[in-house]
Amino acid sequence: MKFRSATLDNGLEIVAECNDLAHSLGVGFFVRTGARDETDEVAGVSHFLEHMVFKGTPRRTAEDVNRDFDEIGAHYNAFTSEENTVYYASVLPEYQEPSIDLLADILRPSLRDDDFNMEKKVILEEIQMYADQPPFGMDDHIKALHFGRHPMARSVLGTCETIGALSVDQMRTYFESRYCPSNVFVAAAGKVDFDQLVKQVEARCGHWEPRAATRELPKPASKPAFESVVRESSTQQYILQLADGPASEDADRYAAKLLATILGDDSGSRLYWELVDPGIAETASLGHYEYQGLGMLYTWLSCAPDDAAENFAKLREVYANAEQDGFTDEELRQARSKVKARVVLGSERPRNRLFNVGGNWMQRREYRSVTNDLATLDGVALDDLHAELKKYPLTRATTVSIGPLQELEPLA
Amino acid sequence: MPASSHSSTSPSQVQRRTVETHQLANGLVLLAEPVATAESAAFTLMVPCGSSNDPASRLGLSNMLCDMVMRGAGDRDSRALINDLEVLGVERGESVGISQTSFSGATLADNLLDALAIYADIVLRPQLPAEQLDAAKMVCLQEIHGVEDEPSQKLMDELRRRTYLEPWGRTSHGDESGVEASTAADIKTQWSAHYRPNGAILGVAGKIDWDQLVELVESQFGAWEPVESAKPLEAQREKLSPHIDFEGNQCHIGISFPSVPYSDPKYLQAWAAVGVLSGGMSSRLFTEVREKRGLCYSVSASLQTQRARASVMCYAGTTSERAQETLDVTYGELIRLREGVLQSELQRLKARIKSGLIMQQESTSARSGSIARDWYHLARVRTLDELGRQVDELSAHSINAYLDEHPPNNFTFATLGPQALKIPV
Repeated sequence: MKFRSATLDNGLEIVAECNDLAHSLGVGFFVRTGARDETDEVAGVSHFLEHMVFKGTPRRTAEDVNRDFDEIGAHYNAFTSEENTVYYASVLPEYQEPSIDLLADILRPSLRDDDFNMEKKVILEEIQMYADQPPFGMDDHIKALHFGRHPMARSVLGTCETIGALSVDQMRTYFESRYCPSNVFVAAAGKVDFDQLVKQVEARCGHWEPRAATRELPKPASKPAFESVVRESSTQQYILQLADGPASEDADRYAAKLLATILGDDSGSRLYWELVDPGIAETASLGHYEYQGLGMLYTWLSCAPDDAAENFAKLREVYANAEQDGFTDEELRQARSKVKARVVLGSERPRNRLFNVGGNWMQRREYRSVTNDLATLDGVALDDLHAELKKYPLTRATTVSIGPLQELEPLA
Repeated sequence: MPASSHSSTSPSQVQRRTVETHQLANGLVLLAEPVATAESAAFTLMVPCGSSNDPASRLGLSNMLCDMVMRGAGDRDSRALINDLEVLGVERGESVGISQTSFSGATLADNLLDALAIYADIVLRPQLPAEQLDAAKMVCLQEIHGVEDEPSQKLMDELRRRTYLEPWGRTSHGDESGVEASTAADIKTQWSAHYRPNGAILGVAGKIDWDQLVELVESQFGAWEPVESAKPLEAQREKLSPHIDFEGNQCHIGISFPSVPYSDPKYLQAWAAVGVLSGGMSSRLFTEVREKRGLCYSVSASLQTQRARASVMCYAGTTSERAQETLDVTYGELIRLREGVLQSELQRLKARIKSGLIMQQESTSARSGSIARDWYHLARVRTLDELGRQVDELSAHSINAYLDEHPPNNFTFATLGPQALKIPV
């Protein structure tokens, strides 16, 4: 494994983890833009734009784009989050150049009116689809409750109203301001020919005009709240909790991962033994999500409505006990071996390494090898976990309950 | 600096790898694909106990048994069992299918043998603690209730139910009455009858020492006693109407039609035809339903195979106002498939399949599952390079000959949403 990086004259960066033993490579264009960079008027534009990027360029129609990707056997897709939009493909080494040619070309989309109007329908369907699935849009709602008007509380999808009212000109303006070389980088992992990669990107993106793209980074000020949302047609009751956690630039984010594993991993965690193993909850889990300047500790609980109040009390007790009594060495050892095995298992596929390399570059402009990550995990001590819970108490959280219950009594 | 990196301009080839096989005297088949460059090892243990083996009044029993065997085995109680697997770093999963229960796991290569020894306890010596029966029941009921809030999954369950004769259209989670009626004795009986080595398969892939592996498996699984088992009986089930009422923004549409199973000599042709329909974004369903008409976000088709039967299952989800058009356009594409596929479509498909095969080499988990599945269906394992050659030999002509013989026909429909749709006939 070898890390390489280069910067084009217009500021576009290229980073790669080269592994000669790999059979394939993953390559992605990472754009530092997402819901947090939007305004009310264009809510949901980042995600809609991600769809439009596949709709053709001056050189290719939408059909050409899909066909050309399929012709090289690429496994490709894109996603949009609150703070980034990523276009990626996994290909065999002989298709490195055609995959770069395609990705670079579609990153300069035509944004044609007809395509825009057609794709708007697909986006509206996607919004309706998620509205019918747990947690029925409440993942957006809880962010807004907890973080108020902070940009990170914006919805990635937007609403039927904002998407319905969006014009193609608004999208073009947004595109111009966000997809500039300083705000985009190329990452690759696996069997990469790096010298060729730099030439291939230079030939296609070297002429992209430099421009400054900025992001507002207000300090988050969270305020715990509680809300019950009635949804009579639900079978199960869903309880979401959001608490503050370390941000992507914070060194203690590794402690947060281990803490979340001990308390709320899918299996073998405290929530698992308390709620899932006895069968009183369908799922109960805790995860840590990191963003620029802000982190979240996110709890998800689903169960029969009749058991919700009792389960919620148990959940709070698990968190209160952890804050009061801390964890054991044995718990830390178990969580660490689990997380380390995941790091190693995940690293065997170039596609996984691509997201790791790209994610680290996106968040911190740094490269971290598998060995680095394992060593850092080894360095986390029990006291670090205890300090973490002091700094980010799970009992200081916003709660939203969704389901048939009129009210979820927050038992004392 | 010399530009010495191996610039790969020649086409990638699937690596030549061998698959070792060893059958124990009790019938258990051990398969392994050694991968010297991997740091991990993965396994898939298939036991011949699936929902088709559930008694009709105990639907969901195999699923509940699968939960129960993880609640303590050998000397370990429930907590010690899970904890020890986690300390070994085993990323694990259990799933119950129509004819099999699969226990799969992946971990660092050094921990493989210790992990397998624990799995021998799980299948041979589960404690099946009676005091945990209620908990297991509740876990299974939660699963049944959870599906009620997942409309697309519920629809596909309903489509499968309407497609097959009993017991082949069952869901693994069964129904509430079956789970509630199940007793500790039922669990024990199901385990004794169906957790057996004859018909069980253990597939392993990764950094392994074959001789050591054989020795460990012989010592841990060798005492497993074979059991003769009766085949499930087939039966017609009562006719169900295609529509299921469901309150929501979207309508979910399912269409199935018969295909050929994995072991059929024409399977690859059947699979390729479905690939033209729904593999990659230039495929027909994605192009016609989503790209050209913007009818939905999600539309797909896949060939789902059991050992002796198979069907193509299609799904589309869309808002109610556009549901009829979505159904009609999707159905139209299934009918159009009868006219055959184009050479250009096949070319793209082959490229996708080939890169998929090569990328599969990079995952020990995927390989352990693949070789176990191959054995289940074929009683032998195709190496990836053999599969690669078969894909190279695929021609549009052979696919079209298959489609002439087996044109999409005898459709089954299911819809789930606020209102019924007009079913094309």
